Parts: sequence; C-alpha cells; structure tokens
Amino acid sequence: MQVHKRRNDRSEKPESGNLDPPLRDAVLGAVPNLRAFAISLCGNVDRADDLVQETMLRALANINSFQPGTNMSAWLFTILRNLFRSEYRKRRREVEDTDGSYAETMKSQPEQEGRVELQEFKTALAKLPADQREALILVGASGFSYEEAAHICECAVGTIKSRVNRARNRLAELLSIESVDDFGPDHATRGVLVGHERS
Amino acid sequence: MKDRKPVSPISPRNRHGDPVPMDPGKASTHRPNLGRDIQAKIGQQLRAMYDDVVNQGIPERFVELLKRLDEDHQGHKD
Repeated sequence: MQVHKRRNDRSEKPESGNLDPPLRDAVLGAVPNLRAFAISLCGNVDRADDLVQETMLRALANINSFQPGTNMSAWLFTILRNLFRSEYRKRRREVEDTDGSYAETMKSQPEQEGRVELQEFKTALAKLPADQREALILVGASGFSYEEAAHICECAVGTIKSRVNRARNRLAELLSIESVDDFGPDHATRGVLVGHERS
Repeated sequence: MKDRKPVSPISPRNRHGDPVPMDPGKASTHRPNLGRDIQAKIGQQLRAMYDDVVNQGIPERFVELLKRLDEDHQGHKD
C-alpha cells in the first residue's frame, strides 16, 4: 500500500526464492497458531496440516508481497483462509466430520481435568455456522482485534462483531442446555464412560 | 420459532418452562449473570481448545519442509 517497504533496503533486490532468514523464521514461528486455526476451520488434523503446508509454500513464494512492518501473522492467516475457502468449495461434502477431528486433537493430550467439558464445548462449537466459528476463533482465541479479523475475513468490522456475538450467544445456549444435563444421571454416566476410555 | 431453538435456560421462564418476556424496566444490553458466567467460560474453553494445538509446537514436517526449500534454493542459485 505505501511507505513501509522503503524501510527495508534489501527489498530493492527481491531475488525470488531467496529466503530471508528472519522472514523464514517468522513463517515457521506462526505454524502453531496456523494449525490451531486450520483445525478449527476444517476439523481434521491431517487436512489442517496439509493446509498449513500449502499456506507456507504460498507465503514463501509470495514473500515479496509481504510488507515488512505489517502483521505477518494476519497475512498468513489470510492466505490460509483463502486456500481453505477455495478448497472447501471443491470438497464440501467430505468436510463435515468435525466431531471426530476435534477428538483427534485430544488424543495426544495427557489426561486432564475438564476434559469431558472441553469435549462438549468442541461439539457445541462444531455446530456453529462456519463464518461465526471462524470469527469467534480469530477474536477469542487467536487474539486478533476486530479490525484484523475483518481484514482476514475480507468483511466489515461490524460484520465480524455481529458474527462473534451470534457465535457467543449460540454457544451459551448450547452449553447452558448441556449444563442442565450436568445434574442428571445421564451426564454422570457419560463422564464415567469417557473416563474409562482412557484408563 | 419453537422449532428454531430449544428453550434456553438463560432466558427467564415461568414454572412450566415457557419463556417469559424480560422485565422491560430491566432490559439492557447486558445479559443476565448466568449469561455472563457462561460467556466467561466460553472464552476460557475456546482458549483451552486452541492452546492444546498451539502447545504441540511446530511438528517436524514443517521444519523439514523449510529445510528442503532452503536446500532447493541453494541448489538453484548460480
């Protein structure tokens, strides 16, 4: 867009393919967050990792279009989201297995308190419309501002705000229904069953 | 409307479990306390879920990927 580029003298000489170590490290350093976002988008760890890999390749191939001094993380998230969107349109039908995938991310985790609760949360989250879930994750978990999230999702700030609100309200609804269950024997049984699975 | 969403316990209800309108005097942009507790919990769970993945760090395949790219670029430089 403007001046930022000037600050970096080397940008005069944009040898394509030559990886600037700080940029390379920044891309690599963003991987954990990109994965967390990707898993929340496509709900499948393997596909999420493929998506992250594609994002890195795309980013590095276009590294000269990144403006030093701007938010690298937001730039990468935008690439990832666009890749996901174009892929998602192609294979819409396969993508529905969200529950299983969230469960899969838990497998490598040690036994922890609140695990059942977290599982219920993931199930509820999976029920949200994709655009609401995405907005909620970006703002509530990835730590982007509403403005950054709007930039990543290519929509108005107000749109992001309302998606986040709707997502929160819907989740509150889903979870408070679950918490009524909490007092019933059904939940206790379920808790025991899930607990046994691991031991 | 009834089939659209199940009755939520956050909204006030009469003893038959039917939703009742909120006291208009109390109506405000804030949700009731129960709602706020749930909101806090949502934030917490959201981060817990996300951090589970973030804490897995950088899987080896991505380190390898960059290493391979570096080598490729070295190879192509002349």
